[in-house]
Amino acid sequence: MADFMQQAVSAAAATAPDWLRDIQSRGRAAWQQTPMPTRKTEAWKYTSLEALKQPFAPGSRNVTATDVSDIRFPALGGPTLVFADGQFRADLSSLELPAGISLVRFEDASAEQAALISAQLGTAVLPHRHVFAALNDATLADGVFLQVDAGITVEAPIQIVWLTSGQSGAISMNQRLLVSLQANSQATVVETFANATTGGTPFTNGITELLVGRGARLNHYRLHLEQGNAVHIGGVHARLDQDSLLNGFHIALGSALKRIDVVVDHQGSGGHCELDGIYLPRDREIVDYHTCIEHSVPHCSSRERFRGIIADEATAIFNGRIHIHPQAQKTRAELSNKNLLTSNKAEVNTKPELEIYADDVQCAHGATVAQLDPSTLYYLRTRGISKEEAEVMLSYGFINELVEAIAEPGLQDYLKPLLARRFSRDSRLTRHLL
Amino acid sequence: MLKIDNLHARVESQAILKGLNLNIKAGEIHAIMGPNGSGKSTLGHVLAGRPGYTVSAGSVTFQGQDLLALETEERAHLGVFLSFQYPVEIPGVSNMEFLKASVDSIRERRGEPAIDSVSFMKQAREACKNVDLDISFLKRGVNEGFSGGEKKRNELMQMMLLQPKLAIMDETDSGLDIDALQVVANGINAMRSPDRSFILVTHYQRLLSFIEPDFVHVLSGGRIVKSGDKSLALELEERGYGWLEDVA
Repeated sequence: MADFMQQAVSAAAATAPDWLRDIQSRGRAAWQQTPMPTRKTEAWKYTSLEALKQPFAPGSRNVTATDVSDIRFPALGGPTLVFADGQFRADLSSLELPAGISLVRFEDASAEQAALISAQLGTAVLPHRHVFAALNDATLADGVFLQVDAGITVEAPIQIVWLTSGQSGAISMNQRLLVSLQANSQATVVETFANATTGGTPFTNGITELLVGRGARLNHYRLHLEQGNAVHIGGVHARLDQDSLLNGFHIALGSALKRIDVVVDHQGSGGHCELDGIYLPRDREIVDYHTCIEHSVPHCSSRERFRGIIADEATAIFNGRIHIHPQAQKTRAELSNKNLLTSNKAEVNTKPELEIYADDVQCAHGATVAQLDPSTLYYLRTRGISKEEAEVMLSYGFINELVEAIAEPGLQDYLKPLLARRFSRDSRLTRHLL
Repeated sequence: MLKIDNLHARVESQAILKGLNLNIKAGEIHAIMGPNGSGKSTLGHVLAGRPGYTVSAGSVTFQGQDLLALETEERAHLGVFLSFQYPVEIPGVSNMEFLKASVDSIRERRGEPAIDSVSFMKQAREACKNVDLDISFLKRGVNEGFSGGEKKRNELMQMMLLQPKLAIMDETDSGLDIDALQVVANGINAMRSPDRSFILVTHYQRLLSFIEPDFVHVLSGGRIVKSGDKSLALELEERGYGWLEDVA
């Protein structure tokens, strides 16, 4: 166990507000009981935690707006909370809230809001299964709470932006978001993680809980745009009530290490979940998505599509678990994972994992690993398109289907050029994609 | 325009073309017929420059240039177009992006600027209309989920936008019903011009009753074993290929 984490756990106990003590001590207990994963731990078989061996300091409180001014994130026009190196930045945020929602930091929560947070925080996470969620609980001092009241539809996307400056050396940040949609409410939440490309080694432990109430609809986007040395180990844990809908979209550009667990727990019948994801590691980057859909009740459905393009000597891991409990009859679950390797040294470890204990279910899964199809490249070249441009077009096309499915137009507009640039810095090769 | 001299070609280790000669002048339409496995499709791919198709002997000169020395895309830039027998489906790449990339690539090599989107859309819509393809096909993935006939019409639409000098139509008629065949034939006839040549690879005489070829050749065993005018196609329709294979 890395010393800095142990220190963080001890330090946090002293500073937390009283009402966070319970979840902290719960996290501390889970953290102490759960061994740190090694390559022998099944869920961490392909993902080395070597990057966490160095010491990390807590995020600095002295970050200036200039330190993070070059870091790009989507401007979507809705309420936006911006954090820099773990500290909230009122100067970069935009806090005009529509009626019927609460959006508040734990630190600033009123007694009434604190009671709401206490009652809901941690209810979607199982810390003894997710040791980094336990660490997040144990070191919890601040976080963001969003609640949408019953029957309210929030049109504008609500953004939470976590920025990391490049000037702070090796720093660690504990980030937490709790989203609670009350019955029949609707909202779009966009989380963006991004860092300065100039240097620094940020380690982020970001845990998000999504509580989607009865008949509520949540669009949730989690954009991992961190690059370079950034390490992110975190997850999204969702609990879906009766007749609710969760549309989840995940994207991870590569960096030193990203490990994201996405857990969706259907707890009320008639719920539906769509989960799309894209990962694009290159150089020697590692991206690891572990997803798990728990079908605990009858008549729910889920559709999951993850696609990855793995370049250079990068590694991707995708593990997609679907767990259909004995009582979850009439479940419909689909899982597809497709991977494109653009170099001989690129690696992907993909594993769909189905555990089905009910007999009246429809379940489909598939995983593929391929390289760019030579006959498709040839077809494009017979139309005069250069081999280089054809390769960029086909790589982009491989993930474009999921990008086009993004419901938030501003986000599509933001991501498309970013992705096109990811496949080629030569704008002549990307000109037909935009 | 095109001079093929003693062409020998292999696909992987198998010899397919074994001394093929063909001379095509500007404005001519040559139909190439022949039994399955005679090398008709191979000829199209060798001319278009498919990787894995190796020329072991002979030469191909296109408008005075050594065609075989050029990359696949460079041949397209010079005006060689192959309409595929089995067009590839490319989900995620829209027909529109693909067509514009193609048109721009060819314009670029001619020293022309990229076409502006408005003019391109106009041309693309016009081409769709000419091949009786709904304009919604422009927004779909390239050939994605298209029926056999829609794929062939999409090939034809590409030809109209690219305005090639030499168009090789590889079994563009196969799998088409009579109405679709008429559309394709009209499209090809409309493209006929004194400076454009066609090679029509086909199994059946049927297409040739809509498009009148200047020459008909029979390819068998990797060589042209008989050449004639359009009456040869009718004779083949009656007698089959057996009598020619005996000659070969």
